[in-house]
Amino acid sequence: MNVPDTPPARNGFAIRADRVSRHYRMGDALIRAVDQISLEVRPGEFLALLGASGSGKSTLLNLMAGLDRPSGGAIFAQGRDLATMTSEELATHRNQTIGIVFQSFQLLPRMTLEENVELPLRLAEIPRPERPARVKEALDRVGLGARAKHRPTELSGGEQQRAAIARALVNRPMILLADEPTGNLDSKTGDEIMNLIAGIHQPEIGEGRTIVMVTHERALAERYADRIVTLSDGGISREERLR
Amino acid sequence: MKLGDLTELAARNLRESMLRNSLTTLGIAVGVASLVALLSLGVGLQQLVNRSVARAGLFDTVSVRPRQNTPFGQPGGGRRNALDASGIVPPRVLDDAARKEIAALPNVIEVNPEVRFTAEARHEPNTQLVMVSGMAPSSQSSGTLDGLIGSFFSGPDAEELIVQGDMAKRLLNEGQAPASLLGQQITLRFAARQALPAPSEQAASEAPNQAVGPDEEAMGFSIVPSEKVFRVVGVTPASDSGGGGVGISNAGVYLPLAVAEKLQVVQGSDLRDVSREGAAVGMRYAALNVRASSPAAVAQLETSIAHMGFTAFSLIDVTRNLRTFFAIFDLFLGIFGSLALAVASLGIVNTLVMAILERRREIGVLKALGAANRDVRQLFFVEAGVMGLMGGIFGVALGWAIGRVIHFATTVYLKRQGLNSPNIWSVPWWLVLGAIGFAVAVSLVSGIYPASRAARLDPVEALRYE
Repeated sequence: MNVPDTPPARNGFAIRADRVSRHYRMGDALIRAVDQISLEVRPGEFLALLGASGSGKSTLLNLMAGLDRPSGGAIFAQGRDLATMTSEELATHRNQTIGIVFQSFQLLPRMTLEENVELPLRLAEIPRPERPARVKEALDRVGLGARAKHRPTELSGGEQQRAAIARALVNRPMILLADEPTGNLDSKTGDEIMNLIAGIHQPEIGEGRTIVMVTHERALAERYADRIVTLSDGGISREERLR
Repeated sequence: MKLGDLTELAARNLRESMLRNSLTTLGIAVGVASLVALLSLGVGLQQLVNRSVARAGLFDTVSVRPRQNTPFGQPGGGRRNALDASGIVPPRVLDDAARKEIAALPNVIEVNPEVRFTAEARHEPNTQLVMVSGMAPSSQSSGTLDGLIGSFFSGPDAEELIVQGDMAKRLLNEGQAPASLLGQQITLRFAARQALPAPSEQAASEAPNQAVGPDEEAMGFSIVPSEKVFRVVGVTPASDSGGGGVGISNAGVYLPLAVAEKLQVVQGSDLRDVSREGAAVGMRYAALNVRASSPAAVAQLETSIAHMGFTAFSLIDVTRNLRTFFAIFDLFLGIFGSLALAVASLGIVNTLVMAILERRREIGVLKALGAANRDVRQLFFVEAGVMGLMGGIFGVALGWAIGRVIHFATTVYLKRQGLNSPNIWSVPWWLVLGAIGFAVAVSLVSGIYPASRAARLDPVEALRYE
């Protein structure tokens, strides 16, 4: 799975959802978590998916990540339809095209930070000699270069989320997907994390990566995102361009 | 993911649940140990029997007799189907010409006449009836005299004896060690042929077919008692110490073959040949022992000899049946030994299924970071394989130790019974490698279900798992 950095989108969109749906069946009831949503995300755009709990924003993010498959419609990332990809291709997509940051960090507690950050490189079959420099670069970037040998349990919540961001970026993906990245943090630490994510997004500071962030905090979305898409009952209820 | 990374992650995972994984590995080790202990016992017993048969010279020796003189009293004794050439080739006299012809066959090392007779052995004050056999010089280097106390004959014409251990005990006074017979003299009393005075020309013409030997051609012989004194130079191990048989002609006393031939001893075949019609002129043999270059050449040699008009006999079939018996015996031992390993394999399944439940979230993270189903499956396979490998290695060591204990206990028990203890236990290299390989294979098979289950986990569900 050793592939070069993801190429830019050929169709002009980093991500495009075309009447994408994700329905679940619970007993006799059909849950329409995501229902016929069409959405485009331009390369280098910072999109905030806003909505109440159960609105379908995390489900939509999972569809973009290739962690879940749509029940209908199509969803494209970098020009390729995720719905038609094999599980192997989806794995490559998750490893190479996107980086994911979760609300609960999802670091493996029995590994040190550098081992956690090295995981995507292992999966990408990056040659072993190249890995230490890549890991150090990623950890230095989030300000955790000195904590490389520490385990997640020895770090604060903010540090853990920074480590998770380093892990998401170590394979140099063009798209960063963040699911409530500040949800488990206090407001000050949350601001630090958002500044870090904004730095990754803004071309004058970072590399201009596309960012899709799920949040339920409007203030946070308004402060950092270029565009806010509000979801309600599995559909888009409102769309606001801020920048 | 590359194998090195898989192995590293697997080893880390195994270390994390050290106690549980150690117990599972110990279960595999116990299974492998039982397998190794039982099979090493089977192999050891097989080797013990093979050693005994080899010591008796049965692997590479073919006994050749005139067709009338089969060991079973009927034509084509021994391997009847292959060797009974009656009806195809007429029977022949086993004479010097035949001996030379047999010696010229491919893969024949030597051809020696079989000289066996019953004699009375006297070592004052004891007297024993004993089977005496001539022994060829090649027996010294053929391994048939393993454990010999003393030495081999000083020369082909030396008037010396090698006495079988049990016979040595009987010729000595009670309490004396067999080795004390070395250097002492034993008198053998036996029935010898004595040539009859030359008959008249007319009588000779009337009875031309009475001759049976070179000295008695056309004259006949009388049987007279004869005695000769020999010096004991060697004593073979007693049968209760794993020794016993020496050469295809197992006997109580051995003397150099050349000396035995010169004794002009009466053998059973002499009396039969006296009454036989059409006897040829020259030396005739009751039997010849033909040594082949290897046991593998024996079957072909037997066939060739049978087609020359003789009865050829070897215990190749007996050993073949023996191998079949031990193959079945080892199979049963292997099955019983494998039962413990089968139980241990359930432990692997249980451990890995538990690991999936515990590491559900971790699997989800791995998938979110780009692990394919194949990577997750391989990770669990490697974990199962590592447990199998470790269990196999420890199991072989444990099985070896159990075998040593069994061997030690058997030795102590047999010694207390006044018996020598043969080695009944052997762990050949193929058993070591086979047991480890089997443990790994069983572990991998056990890992199929958990690995598939882990690979199929829905990453979204797995990431939600608390």
